[in-house]
Amino acid sequence: MKTFFSKLIGSQSEGMKRVLGIFVLLMVVYIITAIINPNFVGAYNQENLIRRTSLFGILGIGVALVIITGGIDLSLGSVVCLVGVGVPWLITDQGWSPWIVLILAIVIPMLIGLSHGLLITKLRLQPFIVTLCGLLIYRGVTRGFTGDQTAGFGTDLKGLRWIATGEIPLFPGFGIPFPAVILIVIAIAVGIFLNRTIYGRYLLALGNNEEAAKFSGINTDRMITLAYVICSGLAGLAGLLFVLDLNLAQPVDFGNFYELYAIAAAVLGGCSLRGGSGTIIGVIIGTALLRVLRNMMNMAFLGFQRAEFAVIGAVILGGVIADELAKRAVARKRAAQKQKQEG
Amino acid sequence: MSSDTSKQLLEVRGIGKSFPGVRALNNVNLQLKGGEVLALLGENGAGKSTLMKILAGVQPADEGHILLDGEPVEIKGVQDALDHGIALIHQELNMATNLSVGANIFLGREPQKRGLIDEATIYERSKRYLEMVGLNVDPNIIVGDLTIGRQQLVEIAKALSVDARVLIMDEPTSSLSQKETETLFTAIKDLRKRGVSVIYISHRLGEAKELADRVSVLRDGENAGDLPKEEINHDSMVKLMVGRDISQFYSRTIHKPGEVALEVKNLRTPVHPTHELNFSLRAGEIVGMAGLVGAGRTELLATLFGVTPNVGGEVLVSGKSIDAQSPEEAINAGMALVPEDRKLQGLILEMSVRANMGLASLKRESPNGIFMNDEREGEITQLMIQQMRVKTPSEKQVVRYLSGGNQQKVVIGKWLAMEPRVLLLDEPTRGIDVGAKQEIYGLMEDLAKSGVAILFVSSELEEVMGMSDRTLVMHEGQITGELTREQLSEEAIMQLATGNTEAA
Repeated sequence: MKTFFSKLIGSQSEGMKRVLGIFVLLMVVYIITAIINPNFVGAYNQENLIRRTSLFGILGIGVALVIITGGIDLSLGSVVCLVGVGVPWLITDQGWSPWIVLILAIVIPMLIGLSHGLLITKLRLQPFIVTLCGLLIYRGVTRGFTGDQTAGFGTDLKGLRWIATGEIPLFPGFGIPFPAVILIVIAIAVGIFLNRTIYGRYLLALGNNEEAAKFSGINTDRMITLAYVICSGLAGLAGLLFVLDLNLAQPVDFGNFYELYAIAAAVLGGCSLRGGSGTIIGVIIGTALLRVLRNMMNMAFLGFQRAEFAVIGAVILGGVIADELAKRAVARKRAAQKQKQEG
Repeated sequence: MSSDTSKQLLEVRGIGKSFPGVRALNNVNLQLKGGEVLALLGENGAGKSTLMKILAGVQPADEGHILLDGEPVEIKGVQDALDHGIALIHQELNMATNLSVGANIFLGREPQKRGLIDEATIYERSKRYLEMVGLNVDPNIIVGDLTIGRQQLVEIAKALSVDARVLIMDEPTSSLSQKETETLFTAIKDLRKRGVSVIYISHRLGEAKELADRVSVLRDGENAGDLPKEEINHDSMVKLMVGRDISQFYSRTIHKPGEVALEVKNLRTPVHPTHELNFSLRAGEIVGMAGLVGAGRTELLATLFGVTPNVGGEVLVSGKSIDAQSPEEAINAGMALVPEDRKLQGLILEMSVRANMGLASLKRESPNGIFMNDEREGEITQLMIQQMRVKTPSEKQVVRYLSGGNQQKVVIGKWLAMEPRVLLLDEPTRGIDVGAKQEIYGLMEDLAKSGVAILFVSSELEEVMGMSDRTLVMHEGQITGELTREQLSEEAIMQLATGNTEAA
């Protein structure tokens, strides 16, 4: 069991400590909230929490791959908007065939990722700029096409919507929301990709030192582009699941700030924005922490729920500071040990 | 050591300094009189630069004392050193190339008038200091528009502007043309007349002979000895620097080279697109490539390896034409490159020894082109650690924490795992200690014996002369000559390296 686990998350031992640390934090916040408001652990709330964590987790995994290359993707929220609004709009308002629309919902985000990747690797534009422009463009396009009208499926597509709203009954009154199954499948697939395939190793290597990776014969441009394609593709999938779940999407704010939630989750989960490190399990726990924090503000500190952003910001900052201090302590210990060995 | 009774301006007593894995300096002493030019010599890694960085306040010493005018002083930082009149002129110039000459000279201590920068004063005073170093340029000119040689003179003028009494120059001529070098020497001789002392670091023995009042040699971080002006000659300096029989250090047995492994025809690199390069390399041959910094040697290797694809010409490996647009293609053809900067280009510093060793061969060892072959990676790593005698606590050690020599072995090991036919080495022993150097020389010898064709770029003449079967010399993007083992001499190389093709 242990080897299976470690094979999945890779041999980044320092990343593992990080994951453990944030898991403890998650537990602490969870228990505090449960004590203050027992409704928190109710089946309905827990199901919702798991569903939201799963959807945001898919976004986090995508952006984690990009962050591992040393890049960033600010356009996620707008891709969620494009797909989330575009799918019901095309099917319900424009009367397109759902199958064609579903295919487009996956293909178009991947083409978006491809264009990000090519602009970044071939034209050498900065990821921040490219995806910032993406953030503006995809939302603008969505609002322009739909005339800012709210889109939804109404009572149609019940069957399809099950993949977002459905659940696998576990015991009376509680079931595992189906998006959790999707998240687990994606997490395992990406985990294997990152830690068991040569391409995952390439990605980690080039994230640490793109130049050296190139000198080792790795096609770094292709690998970086691949990361952006997967990232945008997963954002598209998440956008689809979000709208299937909510059955309502407003172009003006659907997916707003989601890129920041995803990036925050990845960073909390151990991805360095310098690139080269990160674990999938960390990203999922990071996502869960953010969702539980939000839930806590709504359920336990009712009067303060508008301060949600401040709390989330403070927790992330605290986590990153603690991590940096821990890293320095480790480095000092290492240096001291070394001195001892040589002296 | 010194029985000289005249007053010492600067004295260094018993300086020691360690870095992780290396004892850089051990009980080093140095004296310098006012108006004296001291040449500080030593091989790469002998500790010259470290000693100078300590004097200039860039790094603290672990032990020892520094005395100025007989008084002990503590140098806590660069500003401290400058206050004491000690200025270091780095090998790589540290200037704001987007600002004017005058602005650079007074950077950080601009004279002011009513809260604004007093440009007129800067202009006038800059002009005076520039004259002192014999540089006739307008202080308003942008530094980036000057040649490297002139920028160096600006640096010296800047040092004079803070009343430096001790000027430390670290390999100042490494990227200068012959003419620029002469200008610099004139400036240095002028400074000496003004009573400024100069510590001149170089490994060009000819320069030491021309400039120095005294030579002091460091070897493996210790004092190897001093030479007064009368005794400064080539042989005496080499003897102190190397301290051992060179022929034994570079143990080469010349064997008969095999078939042509690498052939380069009319190759043009993007950096020097008008020059065509032609040469070939045989299996089992070790060919050295000499030249000054900036001669285009590194660029040539980068083009051969597909990092910066060629703009014309042909490269053949084992008779087969390859057109490497990327390192991937060059590697598939049987080439490997150990790059110049191992930390920037050779290693994934945050990854383990094992991950680094396996990086180049991941794809080849993968059973299906997708999944990693853990077992093979482990085998390769163990084999290379043994074969190269890499000193590491385990294969899981993060490469950052290895010493320079062991890091370099990891880079080489990564490539040996690919069993290359043509091995390109760019400054393979830069910044590593003498023991590791010798091991890398031994490895080159073994590889050549097994039929690998080796092309190595080196700026250390000793190394080129010791290791090459044949030596190619480059100057400003062109191959200016080829020397056989019999024709090899420091003079012959330097003539070709400075573009003088008739002399060789």
